[in-house]
Amino acid sequence: MAKQRIIEIWVGIFVAAGFAALFGLAMQVSNIPVFQTTQGYDVHLRFDNVGGLRVRAPVTMAGVRIGRVKSIELDPARYDAVVTITIEERFDRIPEDTSAAIYTSGLLGEQYIALDPGGTDWFLEPGDEIALTQSALVLERLIGRFLTSMGESDD
Amino acid sequence: MTNSVSHADPDVLVDVRQLCFRRGERVIFDGVDVQIRRGEVTAIMGPSGTGKTTLLRLIGGQLQPDAGSVHVLGHDVPRLGRDALFRMRRRMGMLFQSGALFTHLSVFENVAFPLREHTDLPEPLIRDLVLLKLEAVGLRGARDMMPSELSGGMARRVALARAIALDPQLMMYDEPFAGQDPISMGVLVSLIRRLNDALGLTSVVVSHDVVETAQIADRIFVISEGRVVESGSPRELADSNSAWVKQFMHALPDGPVPFHYPGPSLEDDLLGRR
Amino acid sequence: MLRLFGLLGEKTLNSLGRLGRGTQFLLRALVGVPALVLRPGLVVQQLYAIGVLSLLIIVVSGTFVGMVLALQGYNTLVNFGAEQSLGVLVALSLLRELGPVVTALLFAGRAGSALTAEIGLMKTTEQLSGMEMMAVDPIKRVIAPRLLAGFLSMPLLAAIFSFLGIMGAYVVSAFALGVDEGSFWSQMQAAVDFREDVLNGVIKSLVFGFVASWIAVYEGCDATPTSEGVSRATTRTVVHTSLAVLGLDFVLTAVMFG
Repeated sequence: MAKQRIIEIWVGIFVAAGFAALFGLAMQVSNIPVFQTTQGYDVHLRFDNVGGLRVRAPVTMAGVRIGRVKSIELDPARYDAVVTITIEERFDRIPEDTSAAIYTSGLLGEQYIALDPGGTDWFLEPGDEIALTQSALVLERLIGRFLTSMGESDD
Repeated sequence: MTNSVSHADPDVLVDVRQLCFRRGERVIFDGVDVQIRRGEVTAIMGPSGTGKTTLLRLIGGQLQPDAGSVHVLGHDVPRLGRDALFRMRRRMGMLFQSGALFTHLSVFENVAFPLREHTDLPEPLIRDLVLLKLEAVGLRGARDMMPSELSGGMARRVALARAIALDPQLMMYDEPFAGQDPISMGVLVSLIRRLNDALGLTSVVVSHDVVETAQIADRIFVISEGRVVESGSPRELADSNSAWVKQFMHALPDGPVPFHYPGPSLEDDLLGRR
Repeated sequence: MLRLFGLLGEKTLNSLGRLGRGTQFLLRALVGVPALVLRPGLVVQQLYAIGVLSLLIIVVSGTFVGMVLALQGYNTLVNFGAEQSLGVLVALSLLRELGPVVTALLFAGRAGSALTAEIGLMKTTEQLSGMEMMAVDPIKRVIAPRLLAGFLSMPLLAAIFSFLGIMGAYVVSAFALGVDEGSFWSQMQAAVDFREDVLNGVIKSLVFGFVASWIAVYEGCDATPTSEGVSRATTRTVVHTSLAVLGLDFVLTAVMFG
């Protein structure tokens, strides 16, 4: 019977490890929004165009990650994108007139939001909105514009 | 059909009538009649390759006959459904030539296997029953051994204990004496007879070991070339006039059963003619 | 020429016959599966033999496959300055393809062959036949628990494989290749979708587990009861399972991600 018990314990370990691995894959590797637990405060940004920005993309300041994109929604009244970002608690002294831009890391990398600090003594509060934003550069539009200008100069 | 009469006789436990069985092109049985009476030890004898084991499998319902009937304990075996067949098999035990012990289970667990599968007995009772069965075959002391540690004769005795675990009415032995040394052969011979009488079993022994079988059998059927050549008590068979039975019972090297397997003559073979 | 066609026809008929018998066999075994609720011990026993005993090879292979993927992927990605995407590359290849497929192939070699050999030997030594004469249906008692345990083990093994692969890749990336660990995880988390990638991988390995255990137990029961027959059946299990897994993987991938 002792042998049977060892077998049972091993099977228990096996099944637990299997489910732990599945759990790990779900939590650590993929993006189940329900389980996100970035501690911090939310700030809203408005963009004309977010390009390829994704939820959970990093938010940086001076190249250092200080938060993540929480959600991206369309404002049905103004036809622009409202991006909510979560900034980590410890970065609570960000000037109110900070500006935001969407950049691409490398030529083909993912897109992220870069914050450029302003100079006032007033700091961002949870729920505030950053007014100064610069939309993503959409590659096709750039190329299109470039080609048209080329065509015009050829004439 | 004539077979409806026979199984009215309550003394006949197994009734095989006009049994035909083919394996591919080869005819194994061609009209075999065997009656096995309650409480007796019946031996089925014959040279190797006459399908004695096949007969046991037909009785146990593992094979389907091509023609004829097999009645066991009042059931028409070939026509039984799967469930009914399994219910019937609980009342029979079979000792395989190889023992067929489960190699991953200990001796104790092997004997306990049918009890665990078919009953809901509490563990202490199962333990007592298993020890009693092992005691009956004289191997109570070997209960913790694994089948790989047993000698051939011991393995067969464990298998015997397992076969009688559910107290069957009919025990079938497939070549119980084959490949045994004289001592374990003697042990098995007396065990089969003793168990039969003590437990009120009916036994069928398939064997080609004439001397040992004749010691314990009440009745012997001799099968050759798909037919029952002769049947009767051991004494009757020993005095038989048939040349064939004489050759078999007295182990003569040549006779009606030729020494050579049929084939082209040696001369033709050596010269490469076909 | 005629003989060639005759031979070809016979081979085809033989294969179809095997498939037919295999399906019939499978149906009989599946009927026995619900009854296992009453005998969980039988399944636990087989989970041990099939799952736990395969753990070592899965753990080792998974970790190393992940580490190698990271090294190889880095060499290519670094040319485009996209080494932050290493996590994405490793996670997607493991979750969608390598996890389920390599696990199934290792399963065929480790557990499948053992299953076939065990059942084949039980048949050769008349243990199955003996069970039948004891009024115990070997398909319910021997086959069904093995089939179920194989089916359950495969996705768990594949999950462990993928998880350890990603961990291996993480260790190599962060400590040997100097990839930023934050972007390793964040890019991965941004690109990997739970339903699309993780669940589809699990579905794949459930299918593979089912097919691999079916082939293994069927080949065991169908083996010619001689030592040569059992060894041939074991080989057939590994070959057939590998082919079936690769073929099914193509079909499943086309359906899921196509």
